[in-house]
Amino acid sequence: MERVTQLDLASLTTREVNQFLHHELNTCQTERVEIQNPDGKHSIAAGLDVEVTVNILGHAGYFVAGMNKRATVTIHGNVGWSVAENIMSGAVRVTGHASQCAAASGHGGLVVIEGNASSRCGISMKGCDIVVQGNVGHFAGFMAQAGRLLVCGDAGPHLGDSLYEAVLYVRGSIASLGADAQQQDVTADDIHSISELLTSSGVEADPQEFKKVASARRLYHWNATERQEY
Amino acid sequence: MCGIVGILLKSDSLRPNLGQLAAPMLECMGTRGPDSAGLAVFHHPLEAQLRRYSLRAHCADFDWQHWQTSWPDPQLGDLETQNTHASLISSHPVDHVQELLKQTSADVSLLATGRAIRLFKDEGHPIEISRRCAFPELQGTHAVGHTRMATESVVSPEHAHPFTAGEDFCLVHNGSLSNPYSVRRKLERRGIVFETDNDTEAGCRFLQWRMREGDTLEDAIHHSFRELDGFFTFLMATADKLVLVRDGFACKPAVVAETGDYVAVGSEFRSLAHLPGIAHADVFEPFPEQIYSWNV
Repeated sequence: MERVTQLDLASLTTREVNQFLHHELNTCQTERVEIQNPDGKHSIAAGLDVEVTVNILGHAGYFVAGMNKRATVTIHGNVGWSVAENIMSGAVRVTGHASQCAAASGHGGLVVIEGNASSRCGISMKGCDIVVQGNVGHFAGFMAQAGRLLVCGDAGPHLGDSLYEAVLYVRGSIASLGADAQQQDVTADDIHSISELLTSSGVEADPQEFKKVASARRLYHWNATERQEY
Repeated sequence: MCGIVGILLKSDSLRPNLGQLAAPMLECMGTRGPDSAGLAVFHHPLEAQLRRYSLRAHCADFDWQHWQTSWPDPQLGDLETQNTHASLISSHPVDHVQELLKQTSADVSLLATGRAIRLFKDEGHPIEISRRCAFPELQGTHAVGHTRMATESVVSPEHAHPFTAGEDFCLVHNGSLSNPYSVRRKLERRGIVFETDNDTEAGCRFLQWRMREGDTLEDAIHHSFRELDGFFTFLMATADKLVLVRDGFACKPAVVAETGDYVAVGSEFRSLAHLPGIAHADVFEPFPEQIYSWNV
């Protein structure tokens, strides 16, 4: 039988919950942790480095599941700024909406937002995968260096501004592309990539419906003779 | 940083509990703004000839009763006091009340004027101010509150939010304006008088000036997109409205929760977590440069 530990943030502090997840969890053979009454508190389940399933039952605040390694964290509600920021591996799923900077700077692992993600989703991502079932706000994929962002809904203004080598896929409309982002042809490798993301996130969609946005690589080299505007 | 909160109650049955709902919202946001706080509550408007003047005494042990005996006209109006704050309901116009303050005490400031608004604001931790001014006991239709972490002008009761201009209009701000002095110079040339050097006051007086010129609040906000430079989440209230807007970059947070009974706004969801029925509320983040307006 699966061993489950219940933690209640109505009576425990966030620090106590996180200390359990960082320390005691390693010795008590728990396979699943359920965290009740998150009530928008910040930094819940941040810094995990253990193979465990964590369910947060309600809306969470900023930096939930930040720096995640190996753990599988599901937030059953909305999240505030910077969910799964700097994720290294494992998986983070949000059943509601995510505020700004979802998966910012993520190096690896998978982040799934079942609702919408607001501005700057995937900012400076460095290798993680992000799947947003709804829409993303402005400046999604800003300065994204590596990894994949799949948006099943619409993208807001300035998508992929100053992109490096991350690849963005959007099924719906794109309000505008950011500097140096360009729509490119979808290749067979892209279709494979999109299918892989849809399968791993459990989202049903036709891979053929997605557009691809990647870097035009014009900003890679400084052109001193070009008229610059700041 | 700074925290903003606001709530508008849709049904009369909840209105006696406005303070019980709003005070914990404000107190929770003390983490974002520990140096001063303020709360404006709006009631059903007084009769047309009456005004409610919100007053603040500058010292903690101010004797309101003694001050009342110094009034040249004892029939000036009804005074209701709450520690350092008081509300005077009177049929006298605002310039009479300002003259009275000038003549009788250098230790009382006028915070707000209107038929619906009642305002409290002071320096200190939001929890301390909320309890001192008995925020949980306040009643009304809607409320707007602010917790301040000062970044651009001095910490003082006058620099605390909400800011007011004209009658029954107040504004709280999370963010910072980068051109308040040019806005201010433009308004001062039109005879508009400022009370502080705070950037938010420039925004507040700009919007009220536009409304005085005939704009609706929504039109005034559209003008502000062109005139006000900087970061802002503005939450505003008039006698019958709660209005929310964020600048185009939307760097300053806001979250809205709406049920059949209320609409509530906070900088963070934490400040809304105690509200009744929140688990089934429609919770969303407002879009940049989109005006959200809810009527009483």
